[in-house]
Amino acid sequence: MNTLVRSATAGLRLPLSQPHLGSALLLLAALLAPALIYPVFLMKFLCLALFACAFNLMLGFVGMLSFGHAAFLSTGGYVTGYLMINSGITPELGVLAGTAASALLGFLFGKLSVKREGIYFAMVTLALSQLVFFFYLQAPFTGGENGMQGIPRGHLFGLIDLSDNLAMYYFVLAVFLIGFGIIFRTIHSPFGQILTAIRENEPRAVSLGYNVRQYKLLAFVISAALAGMAGATKALVFELESLTDAHWHMSGEVVLMTLLGGMGTVFGPVVGAAILVAIATLFSGGELGNYIHIIMGFIFVTCVLAFRRGVVGEFGHFMHKNFPASGFGRPQ
Amino acid sequence: MTDLILQTRDLTREFKGFTAVDKVNLNVHRGDIHALIGPNGAGKTTVFNLLTKYLPPTTGSIYFNGEDITRVESSAIARKGMVRSFQISAVFPKLSVLDNVRIALQQQQGNSFHFWKSARVLEQLNERAEQLLDSVGLLEFARVTTQDLSYGRKRALEIATTLALDPDMLLLDEPTQGMGHEDVDRIAELILSIRHNRTILMVEHNLQVVSRLADRLTVLQRGAILTEGDYATVSADPRVREAYLGVAADQEVAA
Ligand SMILES: Nc1ncnc2c1ncn2[C@@H]1O[C@H](COP(=O)(O)OP(=O)(O)O)[C@@H](O)[C@H]1O
Ligand SMILES: [Mg+2]
Repeated sequence: MNTLVRSATAGLRLPLSQPHLGSALLLLAALLAPALIYPVFLMKFLCLALFACAFNLMLGFVGMLSFGHAAFLSTGGYVTGYLMINSGITPELGVLAGTAASALLGFLFGKLSVKREGIYFAMVTLALSQLVFFFYLQAPFTGGENGMQGIPRGHLFGLIDLSDNLAMYYFVLAVFLIGFGIIFRTIHSPFGQILTAIRENEPRAVSLGYNVRQYKLLAFVISAALAGMAGATKALVFELESLTDAHWHMSGEVVLMTLLGGMGTVFGPVVGAAILVAIATLFSGGELGNYIHIIMGFIFVTCVLAFRRGVVGEFGHFMHKNFPASGFGRPQ
Repeated sequence: MTDLILQTRDLTREFKGFTAVDKVNLNVHRGDIHALIGPNGAGKTTVFNLLTKYLPPTTGSIYFNGEDITRVESSAIARKGMVRSFQISAVFPKLSVLDNVRIALQQQQGNSFHFWKSARVLEQLNERAEQLLDSVGLLEFARVTTQDLSYGRKRALEIATTLALDPDMLLLDEPTQGMGHEDVDRIAELILSIRHNRTILMVEHNLQVVSRLADRLTVLQRGAILTEGDYATVSADPRVREAYLGVAADQEVAA
């Protein structure tokens, strides 16, 4: 019976292989999206999606739950914001600087945390990110509770004015694609292969001569850097960086997005971010807005109990089970 | 003087006052197959954990090729040429059989931190990986997901993976445990076929396998060494017969 399905799908083979075709369609949709959907909404989604993808590199592909990723998101935002306000550098350099700052912070966090396992790792990252939160609360340059306001978007390469929302959208899309590309490549690299081995059987990886801590550290730095890149870009989009990004709620929200979409899948966090942003926007206007946290909590519990694999994971599983030739849900 | 590849001095490990390994002085000759035997709970696995630093010793020291490795990290010990297997099978279950071996081969490639390269660069390892799989009779399973292998084949895969590192010394913890006759024979053959230019230290319960493979053996009892020597001497020792081999073992040793 399987052979039947297989030959049927083989007959339908398009010149582009399926994953390439899918990616091309998605890219086309992304390019056309601002014609239909408000660009700021899309940009928020892309920033959070990148944030979730970066987080998922640790949770889904190393198997470590960080509960401190808000620190990297906010550090990217504050550093980029500060430089944009005070030094007048161009936005692409601003984003790079924010990314670098988060990478550095990620290195420090990682040095202190990656030798811990499971819940202890989560607790150390949480504690460290709380230190960062209190630092930003007190530091004069962040504007404390008011946030860092009036961050200019600047001119891309000194040429293109990003205060135009459409121009800004394509800049954010480019940043997202670069970040996503880095994650995708990392997962499918010689380094990613060792990460998989560590996740599958850590003692065995050690016995084969791999210094596991160093691999976890590098993964953590990459994850932190890209979370910083997301935060830096987000600060430019809203021309604002606030303590919300540094709060532990944000660290929790990224866990939610990732689990909702499907951890350990490449697209899961993107879908999770879309769902979360859509729900938040849907309810923010009406009187249900006050119950947003309860609604989120309800979704979270349902998701964790009923759809362990997340939206993308369940879909892949379904396709793999029923249409094995489709190539969906293969172990990545 | 004999050439010792591995030596321990008064190696001791306590767990909350309970001494699991008690002043063990182990001497392993280069090129030997050396069996470590003893009843359940004697401390054999703990000795392996100490040798490979999965546990730090409470006191005592370990020398590998004359070098004091008492404070060297696990992964570094593997890179120095002493590689262990585990009592429970140690594979990467969701990866293919070929990938399991490739992960070990990758260790000496120097590209294991290269996150910017495509994993395709690893394909240059396929040929060597396939040779290794062939040497343990698993070539036809190269593309199979490892968790679908039978238990005996998983253990063979473990050996192929370990051999990929070309170690001077292998530590095998009960390689034939829980296997049927056929698999036991296959693994014993396999161990004989890989001993060339290597030293093998193995924990083994099956005395037939021990008598067939081991050049020397050490008997452990309640954490301490009861005796150490070549097979004939040790199996003739009345204390060993009494403490470990028991009555039934008489025939087994004779066989
Ligand atoms: N991590 C540990 N914590 C406490 N006790 C342990 C630990 N590991 C082993 N032991 C104890 O040490 C003794 C020796 O165990 P082990 O080395 O596994 O024996 P063997 O491999 O010879 O059967 C046992 O009594 C066991 O309960
Ligand atoms: Mg044991």
